[in-house]
Amino acid sequence: MDAVTMSPSNPVRLFLKRLFRRKLVLMATIVLGVIVLAALLAPWVAPFKPDAMRMARRLKPPSDVNWLGTDEFGRDILSRMIFGGRASLGIGAAVVMLSMSVGTLFGLLAGYVKGLDALIMRLADAMMALPDILLAIFLVAILGPSAGNVVLALSIVYAPRVVRVVRASTLVVSELPFVEAARALGVSTFRILRVHVLLNVASPILVQATFIFAYAVLAEAGLSFLGAGVPPEVPTWGTMIASGQQYADDAFWVVLFPGLAIVLAALSLQLIGDGLRDMLDPKLRKAL
Amino acid sequence: MVRFFLRRLAGLLIVMALVATMVFFLTRLAPGDPAALMLGDQATVEDIAKLRATYGLDKPLLVQFGLWVKEILSGNLGQSIFLQRPVTQALGERAEPTFFLALFSVSIAALIGIPAGIASAVWRGRWLDQALSGLAMVAANIPSFWLGLIFIQLFAVKLGWFPVAGYGDPGAPFLVRLQHLVLPASVLGIVNSALITRFTRASMLDILSEDFIRTARSKGLAERVVIWRHAFGNALIPVITVVGLTAALLVGGAIVTETVFGLPGIGNLVVSAVLRRDYPVIQGALIVVAAVYVLINLAVDLIYALADPRVRAG
Repeated sequence: MDAVTMSPSNPVRLFLKRLFRRKLVLMATIVLGVIVLAALLAPWVAPFKPDAMRMARRLKPPSDVNWLGTDEFGRDILSRMIFGGRASLGIGAAVVMLSMSVGTLFGLLAGYVKGLDALIMRLADAMMALPDILLAIFLVAILGPSAGNVVLALSIVYAPRVVRVVRASTLVVSELPFVEAARALGVSTFRILRVHVLLNVASPILVQATFIFAYAVLAEAGLSFLGAGVPPEVPTWGTMIASGQQYADDAFWVVLFPGLAIVLAALSLQLIGDGLRDMLDPKLRKAL
Repeated sequence: MVRFFLRRLAGLLIVMALVATMVFFLTRLAPGDPAALMLGDQATVEDIAKLRATYGLDKPLLVQFGLWVKEILSGNLGQSIFLQRPVTQALGERAEPTFFLALFSVSIAALIGIPAGIASAVWRGRWLDQALSGLAMVAANIPSFWLGLIFIQLFAVKLGWFPVAGYGDPGAPFLVRLQHLVLPASVLGIVNSALITRFTRASMLDILSEDFIRTARSKGLAERVVIWRHAFGNALIPVITVVGLTAALLVGGAIVTETVFGLPGIGNLVVSAVLRRDYPVIQGALIVVAAVYVLINLAVDLIYALADPRVRAG
C-alpha cells in the first residue's frame, strides 16, 4: 500500500473508519462480505454441485459430509444455499440499481421542477397505497415469472420510496444559495440537477439503497415461496424454503438454514444502512 | 378541521382514481386473452369472439375503461373467471379471516412494540435498550413465511398447542377460529412490532428532551409521574400513525402468512387468482385493499389532527 491510501485524510479511509466505529456495523459488513464472496465464488467454495442428486442420502440431517444436511433429492443444502445466494443477492442488487436509477430521476424532477411535483407524487402515493408484496405479485402475474421480471416488479414497487426520499432532499438542496447562484448564472436545469443537486442528495440515496437491498432480498424470497417468483428449479433461498416446506416435519433443516441465510443477509444490510444513516445524518446521530 | 378533512378527502379520491387507472391498464398488458382463458383449451374461435363481445372486450380500450369505472362506482367489481361468482362476493367471503388476522396481529405488534419502545427510551443506551433495539432489528428482518413454518413445527407439530393450518370447519365457533389465528397473528405481530418499537422509542426520546419535561422534573415530580403522566400521552400521538398504517398494510400484505397457514383470507384468494390468472379477482382485490389502506390512512390523519392541533394548520 502506498502513502496516499495510508494517509488518514484519504476520504474513503476516513469514511470507513467512521462507519466501522460501531462494532455492530463492522460485524454486519464482515457477515455480508462472507455471504457475497461465497456467492461470487460459489463453484469453488461449495462442497458439492448444487443440483447433484443422491437419493440414497435424501433428507439426511447435518453431518460431517453434508454440513447443513441434504434435501428431498439428496442435494447438499449448504452448496445450494451458496449457489442460491447468487440469485437472491443478484436479484436484490439488480433491484437496488434499477429502483435507485428510476427513483432518483423522478425524485429529482419532482423536487426541482414544480410543474411535475404533484403528478409524480400522487402516482407514488397510488403505488404506495398497495402493500409491497401485493403489488409485486400483481406485477409478476402480468409480466410472467422469471428472474428478470421479479427484478422489474420489485424495482417498480420500491422506486416510489426512493422518489419520496430524493424529492425531500432535493427540495432542501435546491433552496440553498449555491443552487440559486447556479440558476442566476444561467446554468441549465439538467446540469444543476446532475452536478449540484445529485451530489448533495447522494447520502440519503446511499442509505435508502441498503434498506431496499434488504427489502428486496426478503420480498424475492416471499415471491418465490408463493410460486410467483423465480422458477422453482432455480435455487434461491426462497425457492429452497418453498420446496422444502412439505418435508419440514421430518427434516427441519431443509427450511431452517435457507431462512437463516435470508435473515443474516437482510439484517446485515439493515445494520449497515443504519450505520450509514447515523453517520451521514447529524440530527439522527444525536437521537441515538 | 372541515377544510383539513375535505383536503384529505380530495387527495384520497385522486389516489384511488390513479390506483384504478394503473390496475386497469396494467392488467390489459398481461399476456393472454381473458376470454380464451375463461373457456379453456377446447374453445373455438367463434366461442371466444362471442364471449369477448359479452364482456365488452371487443370495444376500444378507453371505452372498456369507462365502462369498468362505471361498474366499480356502482359497487360491481366484475365476475371471477374461475370461481363462478361476482368478485365482490368472493372478496366478502374471504374478508373475515383477513380482518381478524390484521386486528389480532396489530394488537400483538402494539402490545410488544409500545412497551418495548418506552423501555428503550427510558433506559436509553443501557443494556435493556440495546437488547430491545437489537431484537427489533432482528424481528424486522425475518421473513414472515419462514417464521411461520418454524412456529408451525414448534407449536403445532411438536407441542400440539395450536392447529397446524386452516380456519376451522365452516360452522366453527369464534373461539376455535381464534385458536387458528394465534400462530399467524403472533408471526405477523412479532415481525411488525419492530417498526412500532423503533417509532415509540424515537417519539418518546423526542418528548423526553422537551422543555415541559424538564420543568416537570425540576418541580421535583417522581420520574414515574413524568414518564407516564407527562411524556407517555404526548409520545403516543405519532405512534397512532404507525399502528394504523401497520394495520392498513396487513389487510393485503399478509398474503404470504395467509398462504403458509392456509387461512382462507383475501391474501390467499389473490395468490390463487394470480396462479390461475383470474384477472377480475386480482383487480378487485387490489382496488379494495387500496381503498381500505387510504381510508384507514384518512382515519389516522383525522385522529392525529384531533389530538394535535398543529397538524390541522399544516
